[in-house]
Amino acid sequence: MGFFDSLLGRSEPPKPDLDQLFGLPSAAITLQVSLGALPTGAGSVAFRAPEGKAFADVVADVKQLLTATSDPDLEVTHDAFGYTWITVRASEITDVVNALHAINVSIQDAGFGPQLLCSLVGFERDGQRFALVYLYKRGSFYPFAPVTEPQRDSVLELQLRDLLRDDVNMEQDLTRWFPVWGAPGL
Amino acid sequence: MKSRYASDRGLTARMTGTMFLLGLLYVVFIAVLIAIGLNAGFVLVFAVGLLFAQWYFSDSIALHSMGAREVTPEQAPQLHGIVDRLCAMAEMPKPRVAIADVDMPNAFATGRSPNRSVVCVTTGLLRRLDEQELEGVLSHELSHVAHRDVLVMTIASVAGVAAGFLTRMALWGGVGRRDSNTALVSLAIIAVSVLVYAVSFVLTRMLSRYRELSADRAGALLTGRPTALASALQKVSGDMAAIPTRDLRKAEAFNAFFFAPALAGGKSLAALFATHPPLEQRLEQLAKISTQLGT
Repeated sequence: MGFFDSLLGRSEPPKPDLDQLFGLPSAAITLQVSLGALPTGAGSVAFRAPEGKAFADVVADVKQLLTATSDPDLEVTHDAFGYTWITVRASEITDVVNALHAINVSIQDAGFGPQLLCSLVGFERDGQRFALVYLYKRGSFYPFAPVTEPQRDSVLELQLRDLLRDDVNMEQDLTRWFPVWGAPGL
Repeated sequence: MKSRYASDRGLTARMTGTMFLLGLLYVVFIAVLIAIGLNAGFVLVFAVGLLFAQWYFSDSIALHSMGAREVTPEQAPQLHGIVDRLCAMAEMPKPRVAIADVDMPNAFATGRSPNRSVVCVTTGLLRRLDEQELEGVLSHELSHVAHRDVLVMTIASVAGVAAGFLTRMALWGGVGRRDSNTALVSLAIIAVSVLVYAVSFVLTRMLSRYRELSADRAGALLTGRPTALASALQKVSGDMAAIPTRDLRKAEAFNAFFFAPALAGGKSLAALFATHPPLEQRLEQLAKISTQLGT
């Protein structure tokens, strides 16, 4: 936020960066080759649905658009924090990423870009599930490997950060790696 | 692509006007002191030094005097979860989170910069508000952090604090030249200082009210739920008046940083001196934002 925005108490929610999401397929290849981890075929978008009809219309349109053009399996859920998640399931990770991107673009084009919280794509290795979480406002990814709440597999997370550094923009500030317990698509 | 997050030009203009007047007051004050023949340097250095310390240690001072303790994500997972998500939405560093064991429902955010700040809620607030309302309150507090309100309000109060010092010193006869004019000069200094203090007081309170409205606005836009914040405000304000004032007085010094002021006064004059805008004005603004987002 700029000097004058601070001075005048004039902040507006920042806009998301959507393009980084397309780095996910190459990250998935790296994960498969180096870790033996495979995508679970699920991904999700979390956003803050503002009150009112305008946004409800946007979500309805997105669902219609996606079911008309392709057939990823869509599911809309609401979490305990008041955020809405659209979970996408498809066999190919590129299809998952494309569907996630389509959802994002629709929300952004309707003027609700600042409402996007994060996206995540699920992976699995030897029965352990983890996710790559994308932070829209920072345009960066971070790994989230839950064990049992509130425990995270920090070793695996740091390993993932170092492993994927060349494929996607990994979040360097560890305080931004907030846990998303029980997130749909994980 | 349209944006639904238009800034409120009227509010920006009023705030700019108030800050301009405060700056002007500051300049005029120094000019008058120089004209009287007083070297005001030492007073200013003293005032700035004191305010600098107050700002620099604002987080520790506030936490200590409220008896608040910092909590870890394991101790307060829900509170941390809300703050985590709001910070990710707003793209700001996460402040420390603290809880004060006070029954008065309130919240405050303080700290010298967004990187060194703390947001604190009272147990009374946690007990009374539901999740959505709590989130509304936290988004309001995080907006204070993002707007650097502690810094802005500290700088805004320099002229007033300096004038306050000078009044006291002149009353004790500690300033002015030691010649036949001493009494006259002292009187002039007292008159000017008292005037500057009064004007500065009204202006800083006005600025504080505008910054509250800004924080309401930014917070409501961040969560997209202006009505949750409105309902929290109504609950908290209703409770504030219902609680005996004896406990509340202790918190009075921190009113400027609180979510809702702890003392309900009379009307007109009290409104001029209030740190927070009246409830109706805040609710009205939130209703307007709700319409703006929903259509």
